[in-house]
Amino acid sequence: MITAEKAPVAGAFSFVSNASSRFGPWTVALALALLTLIPVTVVALAMLDPDQAIWDHLWRHVLPELLVNTLWLVIGVGIGVTVLGTGLAWLTAACEFPGRKFFSWALLLPLALPAYVTAFVWIGLLDFTGGLATWLRDSWDITWTPPIRSRGGVILVMVLALYPYVYLTARTAFQGQGRRLLEAAQSLGVSRRRAFFRVALPIARPGIIAGLSLALMETLADFGTVSVFNYNTFTTAIYKAWFSMFSLPAASQLATILIFFVLALVMLEQLSRNSAHYANSARGSGGARRIRLGGANAAMATGFASLVFLLAFAIPLIQLLIWTSDIMVSDLDARYFDFAWHSLLLAGLGALLVVSLALALGYAQRLQPTPGMQLTARLATLGYALPGAVLAVGFYIPVAGIDNLIIDTWRDWTRQEIGQVFGGTLFVMLLAYSTRFLAVGFGPVETGLARITKTMDEAAQVLGTTGMKRLFRVHLPMLRAPLLAAAALAFVDIMKELPITLMTRPFGWDTLATRVFEMTSEGEWERAALPAVAICLVGLLPIFFLVKHSDART
Amino acid sequence: MLALEHVAQSYGSKPILSDVSFVLSPGQIGCLLGPSGCGKTTALRLIAGFEQLSAGEIRIGAEIVSAFANGRGHSLLPEQRRVGLVFQDYALFPHLSVAKNVAFGLSAMPATDRRMRVAEMLDLVGLSHEAEAYPHQLSGGQQQRVALARALAPRPRLLLLDEPFSNLDVELREKLSLEVRDILKQEAITALLVTHDQHEAFAMADNIGVMNKGVIQQWDTPYNLYHQPINRFVADFIGQGVLLPGEVLNSRQVEIELGVLEGSVDGDCSDEGGCTQCDLGCRVDVLIRPDDIIHDDDSLLMAEVERKAFRGADFLYTLKLPGGQRVLAQVDSHHNHAIGEKIGIRLGVDHVVAFRK
Repeated sequence: MITAEKAPVAGAFSFVSNASSRFGPWTVALALALLTLIPVTVVALAMLDPDQAIWDHLWRHVLPELLVNTLWLVIGVGIGVTVLGTGLAWLTAACEFPGRKFFSWALLLPLALPAYVTAFVWIGLLDFTGGLATWLRDSWDITWTPPIRSRGGVILVMVLALYPYVYLTARTAFQGQGRRLLEAAQSLGVSRRRAFFRVALPIARPGIIAGLSLALMETLADFGTVSVFNYNTFTTAIYKAWFSMFSLPAASQLATILIFFVLALVMLEQLSRNSAHYANSARGSGGARRIRLGGANAAMATGFASLVFLLAFAIPLIQLLIWTSDIMVSDLDARYFDFAWHSLLLAGLGALLVVSLALALGYAQRLQPTPGMQLTARLATLGYALPGAVLAVGFYIPVAGIDNLIIDTWRDWTRQEIGQVFGGTLFVMLLAYSTRFLAVGFGPVETGLARITKTMDEAAQVLGTTGMKRLFRVHLPMLRAPLLAAAALAFVDIMKELPITLMTRPFGWDTLATRVFEMTSEGEWERAALPAVAICLVGLLPIFFLVKHSDART
Repeated sequence: MLALEHVAQSYGSKPILSDVSFVLSPGQIGCLLGPSGCGKTTALRLIAGFEQLSAGEIRIGAEIVSAFANGRGHSLLPEQRRVGLVFQDYALFPHLSVAKNVAFGLSAMPATDRRMRVAEMLDLVGLSHEAEAYPHQLSGGQQQRVALARALAPRPRLLLLDEPFSNLDVELREKLSLEVRDILKQEAITALLVTHDQHEAFAMADNIGVMNKGVIQQWDTPYNLYHQPINRFVADFIGQGVLLPGEVLNSRQVEIELGVLEGSVDGDCSDEGGCTQCDLGCRVDVLIRPDDIIHDDDSLLMAEVERKAFRGADFLYTLKLPGGQRVLAQVDSHHNHAIGEKIGIRLGVDHVVAFRK
């Protein structure tokens, strides 16, 4: 006998109460937003209660120089990276010249060299006692070398190290436009050269500004490069206030002023996001041919790209390798295993933490896709804009406060003295790393999650795969590449990171990066090369990842 | 106004276009129609100046804009051709408002003239109220009309349209193609359209070139393409129909399973002077359109309904003839027959289209 299948009873359905499904995502997102809110609030509180004596001293002796230096740096680097990044992006995205394919990805390689490494290599090469200067003197009797230890020198080195940010975003923007719009301009009687300024550049502007604001945030956050050049900025001043003058209030007051600069950049970036609405609608079909540069123009394009590649990547890396092979035998000892181990451990733990938090935030946003949640997620990932020196101060102060509370309470209870509980442990470092690099991990995770469409979820559900099964059979396999990318990017960024590591590491905990800093502050370029090479080689890994998964190959 | 003479282009050793020639007189609307990959878009891009030809000559008005002779190519830059172009994806500038898009090609004009011309163009396409809107705020049909206004604003000598309606839904496509034709005719604009959609081509064009594999198969009016296709490709590509085997009796008669067709026997058979000269028994395929088969209950000739498609005003029946051949028949929609049913039919052919086997 055939019976009708039993209708599902109510219990077979799973009703998820709205209240509880909202609770989880919001808890995660708000907790992560605290990561940026806490240090900013702590530092800003210093402004409410300014110490008049410190303030007077800063105002009279420190601030004028810092402000002038910072403004010059921001303006110089800003113009430099925009021109260099946009120009190279246009050449490799829209034109055809000998070597274009190679330069398309090779021009990203400077991302692997931390700016402070490029900086000390160029100083080492051009200083009076440096290799190039000595060679010029001895072989050619030329005593003049470019005055690298100057404002122009800092700006130049930073431009060489940071232009890839603009290059990357501008290139994506140019490629997204397709050539159709340029053809439309041409068919309306506008030449290609004028069409670049009237069409291609305005449409790419949001992308260029996004890259520019990233590069400028790195400029403001930079501690290593300006230290090598002895060029005083807010980050070096914060460091000195804290570690030479032992004045945390002075450090946090300086940090507050730095935050104002950062805020201006965040607003600039937000502006570019807002005006990006039309950039997406410009996603034209490509297809059409590149602009074939002929004769002198082609030679100039190849020459220009080669020059940038040599100055920003090839020469520094080769010089590093030469120094390393000179010094290897005498300098490579057991301490290096400690440096390397500390670096790997920190970067590994940090990357793991960053990816986990990014994934949690990603799912929070997916489950609760409301404007409020988006704002919270944006807030949580805003840490990338906060300079490491600010984060170090911003986390150290509350953690020290909690420690003191615990120590006092413990003393009252047991009449015994104990040391710091959280301060001076890896805890503060990892907290600061997570804040600063959450965005680095969140980017790929967010894109990866967006690629898993609602209909895919529904398709899996119709086929009987839900909940955890869906997570493991559909989501994780699809997220593998983005998660790896996120981990690789965070790993390398943490490995390169200097101010947070320097200011919050446990006593005696040296890493490769702090070793570079130590050696460069003594002017020992050759000995700094050894740890620097290790950082750069590891740094190349995610660049290859980036190249492979971006459109930089075409 | 536009003339192509023996134009050829190849990609490497692969020919894209060969020996393409046609002429558009002033105010005429032409169309290149063909399946994707037939070279029609390449032809359009050659005329616009985005591609270089490898043989032949293109003239706009009296001016030679592209030519290849004695191993040297000569080509006027696209921006110097004064040719308007409506792209398949419209390619509107996303950072400019509608009015600024339309004004884009008018930078040489004094500001007041420019404003007037923009207003005039927007009025022409009925979008005056959207002048300050941005492209992404418009519907597909509106974007299409902005693209048209932008292309027409600088008064081009020739307007090129690349699959202009393919991104629109079917209803809008028909409405808009008639609208655009009215605008072009009203402004007496010479235009060339490229499409794979014959309805679009029929609605818009005075003359159509059916293309296949880089060659124009037939350059003719829509009526002639349908009723007098010169080869099997055109017969197959334009409209519906089947080819039935037949035998030529004499220059006025062909016999097929359904009976003897009367009419002048032409097509590629008579082109060679073949059938009129060959003796009886020349074997041909005869094109039978769905409207050549007339449903007639009194007819003795019976065919079995094998498939049917209801199309509103009529049915398209697939009928199986006693001999096993299949024909299509267009029958008024109140003649609703079941599948398997036998119905009477007769021939209503007034012009014989036959191709030699």
